Amino acid sequence: MSAGGILPLSLRGMGYAVGGTALLSDVTLDIPAGRRLIVMGPNGAGKSLFLRLCHGLIDPTSGTRKWATGAARPRAQAMVFQRPVLLRRTVAANIDYPLGLAGLARAERAAKVAQTLDRFGLRDMTDQPARLLSGGQQQRLALARAWAMDPEILFLDEPTSALDPSATRIIEEMVAQFADEGITIVMTTHNLGQARRLAQDVAFLHRGRLIEHRPADQFFAGPQTPEAQAFLAGDLVW
Amino acid sequence: MDGPFATAITLIATADSALVQIIGLSLRVTLSAVVIACAVGLPLGAALALARFRGRGAVIVLFNALMGLPPVVAGLLVYLLLSRSGPLGSLALLFTPTAMIIAQTVLILPIVVSLTRSVVEDLWGEYREQLTSLGASRWRAVPTLLWDGRVSLLTGVLAGFGRASAEVGAVLIVGGNIAGHTRTMTTAITLETSRGNLGLAVALGLILMALTLSLNAVAWGAGQWAKGRLG
Repeated sequence: MSAGGILPLSLRGMGYAVGGTALLSDVTLDIPAGRRLIVMGPNGAGKSLFLRLCHGLIDPTSGTRKWATGAARPRAQAMVFQRPVLLRRTVAANIDYPLGLAGLARAERAAKVAQTLDRFGLRDMTDQPARLLSGGQQQRLALARAWAMDPEILFLDEPTSALDPSATRIIEEMVAQFADEGITIVMTTHNLGQARRLAQDVAFLHRGRLIEHRPADQFFAGPQTPEAQAFLAGDLVW
Repeated sequence: MDGPFATAITLIATADSALVQIIGLSLRVTLSAVVIACAVGLPLGAALALARFRGRGAVIVLFNALMGLPPVVAGLLVYLLLSRSGPLGSLALLFTPTAMIIAQTVLILPIVVSLTRSVVEDLWGEYREQLTSLGASRWRAVPTLLWDGRVSLLTGVLAGFGRASAEVGAVLIVGGNIAGHTRTMTTAITLETSRGNLGLAVALGLILMALTLSLNAVAWGAGQWAKGRLG
């Protein structure tokens, strides 16, 4: 990433509480440019909440979240959800929508939409209603739409958990390509195989706390905390 | 032998000029009211769905209750407003088609507002995170939500049209049922029936029912088409 980008993202003691119950506590972490960070942990550990806080969909109730530019919520970021929400319009119009919000000129938008359709093999679906695509195609479109927004960092919240193996493979390949282009990846997954394939770094959350953050090879070779050891062992049992 | 049905069929078949004039005025009044109610009610309902303010619940309850406002009461309110001694009396609108459009707008507006609020609120629940992520502010989301809810909203607009075209109380009070000027299908049916002129009444009744039937057919067809086409 070029200098002057929005990264690193610095989290300092970041927490989120609802009605006095802490759902995420005291997360201190730097997310540098150009890495693939996989966020792992059991259900209810706070993984999705962590992504939403980073992305700025909600604000922390304690601690801080700071982008390198100082902006509260920079534009150069995107998020792909477990179940993408596509607008009730065509495939092309779905890609165009956020470009319009970003204030791009009409010609620039048209060029970007065409480029995106071609790059992700969506050209023959251009005028199809997005809601009628299969689950795998919808998620592909959601990733293409995110890419068209020119993000420096892409958050993905279990993007393949509702997909079959072949659709999962396509999504993983797309994520890997984005990373190769320099887009920073922050992704949650329940799929340990997927985590091993994609992770450069692992953040392990447990009951709302970040209890391990290490390079992936070290994490998978031997987690330091008993919770993470049990989590990885659980995969072997199942 | 000349039963009312035979007379009615003859009137319709020969496109009787009085009949055509009445139908034309009815459609003009009701369609104008629907257009105005949508122009105001769609944005208002969407704003009510997304806004958070004190007393929001009371406003929602009020609009829901107003959906059941008796047409005669709506007519009375508009009458008081427009009568010579009323606040808008100087406009001399009473017993004109404009007064009837105002009265019917008052009747339809709560339907459009309440339905829009409910549709947009549900949609916002589904779209909120995604639209925020894509960079849409809460207010920028309004046109997006209205457009994506267009099929459900159409049903509400047609319900409003149905209510307006079927009601008699409001247009009778503020229009006065003046022949050739403010006589609509419903007020004409009331009058002709009481005068024993059943042929014209039946003819208008048939046309009113045909109108309602075809509108509902269109609404249903549009819903089916959209389900297949838009998902």
